Amino acid sequence: MTLDPFSPDMTFEEAYKELESIVLRLEAGSLTLDESLGLYERGQALSKWCETQLDSAELRVSQLADDGSESELS
Amino acid sequence: MQNMFDMLDGKQPAKILTVVELTQLIAGLFSAEPLLRDLTIEGEVSNFKRYASGHAYFTLKDSKSQLKCVMWKTSIARNTYLPVDGDRVRAHGYVDVYVDNGAYQLYADAIQPAGLGTLYQQFERMKMALQAEGLFDSAHKRPIPAFPRVIGVVTSPSAAAFQDIQNVLRRRYPLARVLLKATLVQGEQAPTQIAAAIRALSDHGEADVILLARGGGSIEDLWAFNDERVARAVYASAIPVVTGVGHETDFTIVDFVSDQRAPTPSAGAELITPDMADLRRILGDLRAHLDSAMIGTIDERRGALAAGRRALRHLSPRVAVAHSRQRLDGQRMRLSAATERTIERARERLIAKSRALDTANPTHILARGYAIVSRAGDNKRLSDANDAAPGTTIAVQLAHGILKATVKDRTLDT
Repeated sequence: MTLDPFSPDMTFEEAYKELESIVLRLEAGSLTLDESLGLYERGQALSKWCETQLDSAELRVSQLADDGSESELS
Repeated sequence: MQNMFDMLDGKQPAKILTVVELTQLIAGLFSAEPLLRDLTIEGEVSNFKRYASGHAYFTLKDSKSQLKCVMWKTSIARNTYLPVDGDRVRAHGYVDVYVDNGAYQLYADAIQPAGLGTLYQQFERMKMALQAEGLFDSAHKRPIPAFPRVIGVVTSPSAAAFQDIQNVLRRRYPLARVLLKATLVQGEQAPTQIAAAIRALSDHGEADVILLARGGGSIEDLWAFNDERVARAVYASAIPVVTGVGHETDFTIVDFVSDQRAPTPSAGAELITPDMADLRRILGDLRAHLDSAMIGTIDERRGALAAGRRALRHLSPRVAVAHSRQRLDGQRMRLSAATERTIERARERLIAKSRALDTANPTHILARGYAIVSRAGDNKRLSDANDAAPGTTIAVQLAHGILKATVKDRTLDT
């Protein structure tokens, strides 16, 4: 079973919600073993991805100018 | 120093009063002065204390003098504003003497911040008008997103409030990006700038939530947040707005219009973000659930496999043949039992029939003494006396042997 590649613009919320739903589906049972294993691996990958996001996050601050452009604030 | 009574030189003073008599005399003078019955005093509040009874005691002072004041619980309940030490206020009430300690004091029945009388009225008028128009309706309040990616912040970048907000976000949810729209937060320019900033963020569309914030200050400092233009911009925003203006006790018009009010800028930043520490804990829980669900699934499969193996054993050809053989035996047994029953029933029927046959056998009847009578000429068996006239020769067959006889006479049935 191959993992869907994580979309490059997947948000933390999407990953987190998907992980929650995977746990629910696994706990509900009534899946084939292949499906279960696939979900399990995806869940593991998602939880690692979420952890990494939290570990590496640094608050970015930018400013919105009157012309609608954004610039980083140091 | 000379004694005063010596100076009186033996003469009695005109009148000697007790302390209470004097106090009551003075109290009477106070009562007689109309101005003291109904007046407003302006001054700075100090030593403001509320007792368990609900009554409040404080001092009003200016640079030259002090006035003790008391405000009863019932008056406090009617008053929307409660002063703190240092506030300049106007207190309304009457002045009287408290006989117990001989001190005069102001019995205040209403109190409001000094110099802001008209602002307060404006505030109340604006609040009522916007409320009547529906700007505060809870139906209009939108939910705050649980995981904001971009947080629009409208505040002054130079103020401590903006630092507080960033500190909270860094600690709780650094995944978010702050999109600041800088404005003045007090002064005449502030309302138009704040309203424009909210519109700009709303039009820009990238922010998931807008935090409108300003640190604590006097009522005048916070006045921009009571401005109708700001209130309407918040109401019109396409993006949910959370307000964190002033301190816990400060309520401004935008607080009523916004989708949610936080007591301070920091509290506002907390309100719009999940806490990373909670998220880590939940992620750990989810992983544990993931593992146990997978282990559970595998265990279940293993159990099913064992059950399958047992079932398979039952289904092997050898077992099937043995089962068939056994079934065959059973059927055979049932078959022979049925056959035997059939034969038995036939036999019983046969015996019954032969018994009936025996009973009908004429020889058996002759043995019991009956006889068969027939006419000699034609051998006709006789059962009617009409058939044998007197003189007819008849043969009487007995069980053993035959008698030849002639009919002598006969009796006919009548």
